[in-house]
Amino acid sequence: MDFSNESRVLHRCSAQVLDIGNLLLLSLWHLVHSIIRICNFTLDIANVLESYLISLGLLGRYKSLHIAKLRYLAIVIESEEAYQTSKIIELLQWLEAVGVKHVCLYDKEGILKKSKDFILENLDGAILFQDAHENNVLLDQQHMTLEFVSFSDGKEAVAKAANVLFMKYSKSGVTDQNQKEKIFTESQMSEALKTVGSGGPEPDLILVYGPARCHLGFPAWRIKYTEIVHMGPLKSMNYGSLIKAIYKFTMVRQNYGK
Amino acid sequence: MFREDIIIGIFSGWRSFLRKCLFRVLRVGPIPSHIAVIMDGNRRYAKKKKIDDMTGYDAGALALLHLIIYCMELGVKYVTAYAFSIDNFRRHPEEVQKIMDLTMESVMLLTWMSKLRLVRVHFAGNLQLLSADIQDAAKRLMESTAGYKNFVLTICICYTCSDEILHAVEESCKEKWDDGIGIMGYDEANDYERLIKVVDIEKHMYMAIAPDPDILIRTGGEYRLSNFLVWQSSCCHLSSLGTVWPEFGVFHLVWVVLDFQQNYRYVAKKKLQL
Repeated sequence: MDFSNESRVLHRCSAQVLDIGNLLLLSLWHLVHSIIRICNFTLDIANVLESYLISLGLLGRYKSLHIAKLRYLAIVIESEEAYQTSKIIELLQWLEAVGVKHVCLYDKEGILKKSKDFILENLDGAILFQDAHENNVLLDQQHMTLEFVSFSDGKEAVAKAANVLFMKYSKSGVTDQNQKEKIFTESQMSEALKTVGSGGPEPDLILVYGPARCHLGFPAWRIKYTEIVHMGPLKSMNYGSLIKAIYKFTMVRQNYGK
Repeated sequence: MFREDIIIGIFSGWRSFLRKCLFRVLRVGPIPSHIAVIMDGNRRYAKKKKIDDMTGYDAGALALLHLIIYCMELGVKYVTAYAFSIDNFRRHPEEVQKIMDLTMESVMLLTWMSKLRLVRVHFAGNLQLLSADIQDAAKRLMESTAGYKNFVLTICICYTCSDEILHAVEESCKEKWDDGIGIMGYDEANDYERLIKVVDIEKHMYMAIAPDPDILIRTGGEYRLSNFLVWQSSCCHLSSLGTVWPEFGVFHLVWVVLDFQQNYRYVAKKKLQL
């Protein structure tokens, strides 16, 4: 009897020690995260100040951008924020002022596709990228072109393109060839993607407006070598951060594997 | 290169004890199941330390070994490393050959390590571009570790995501053809949705062995994915670190995981929506 009482007491004590230990770990974890939040908050304030100075034109190096290097820009927006069309129009107006000519707007759920007409109406002279491409007016420096893309233009489009390629595969007789040889090329895939309506160019830079640095399913075929920069939530967007991101992009040099 | 005793040293000692205590705190929060890394900056490290490039690559291989061990201790189940891209064949042939020699040494070391810690090793990429001896060694290692389930290490070699997608599409086409769904069973009037689906393509991906990564780390201060896991990283926390790869250590990993934990709810929500 004494032995079983003792073992019960021991069991209760060890459970209490475990509880205290877990509580200590939990407190440490929260403490570390609180410190990180304070550090991030301080950094955010510094970034806001810097952005303000850039907007006022007080930081010399951001005054002249080699904007020609940025041939195609993509903006990824968190779908919940994609309803803020006035903010998006303002962002596009800033881009137009800076000299960016071709912009792709992406959100996962296609909210921006639904707001396409409203955005085009409220942005002077902007035209759809597809229309410009078909009419060969891409070189027309007066118009900003906009492309609207969503998640369905990514993996699902590749599946559709795969069916286009399967048609070619079935008709061509390559089924009899050596199974180890490559059947399709990257350019054939690109053509197939154009056939199914998802064949836009590869952006040089993606600006992600949302809580985290995550491309949210932007078509994989198009972002192989694209710089991906996180800008924070759309509601906190500012002109100075935009200029800084574009400036940093223009300073990047890619080796492409070499 | 380096010896097995170095690896045993990483697993034991007071540093390992302190690390485990640190990881115990981290494990209060969500731990990523799959971490992927672009190991950029080996040549810049070599330049900084005034050593030759191959010694830089050796240092990079050691850093990867450290990462594998740290991840095992932390409770991460999958680690994927971008070791050699198809684009890297554009480098000087001498440099490519030296990297291939290092790859062979690494395969030997992984063969030894996989038995020590029951690590499943997988090589993802167009392995036909490798020399016959490396291909054989890699295939033997994959076969001998196929039964291990506790930890999966994927080495992406002769890999690009565009090649992976193309390969998966080709395999899907062959599979459909072999299933007898030839041109007679396919109606051109259909709007391209009837035969090959996303799930067919994904099962033929080189990376089908692992779930999508939770974190993708790139060292060297660059902000692009360089054709690495672009298909699999839709809802992945992308982390860019300024440090060069050979200098990546436990505190960098801790920092990345803490950052992941700060954004976990958002990224997890996005993953569920997919």
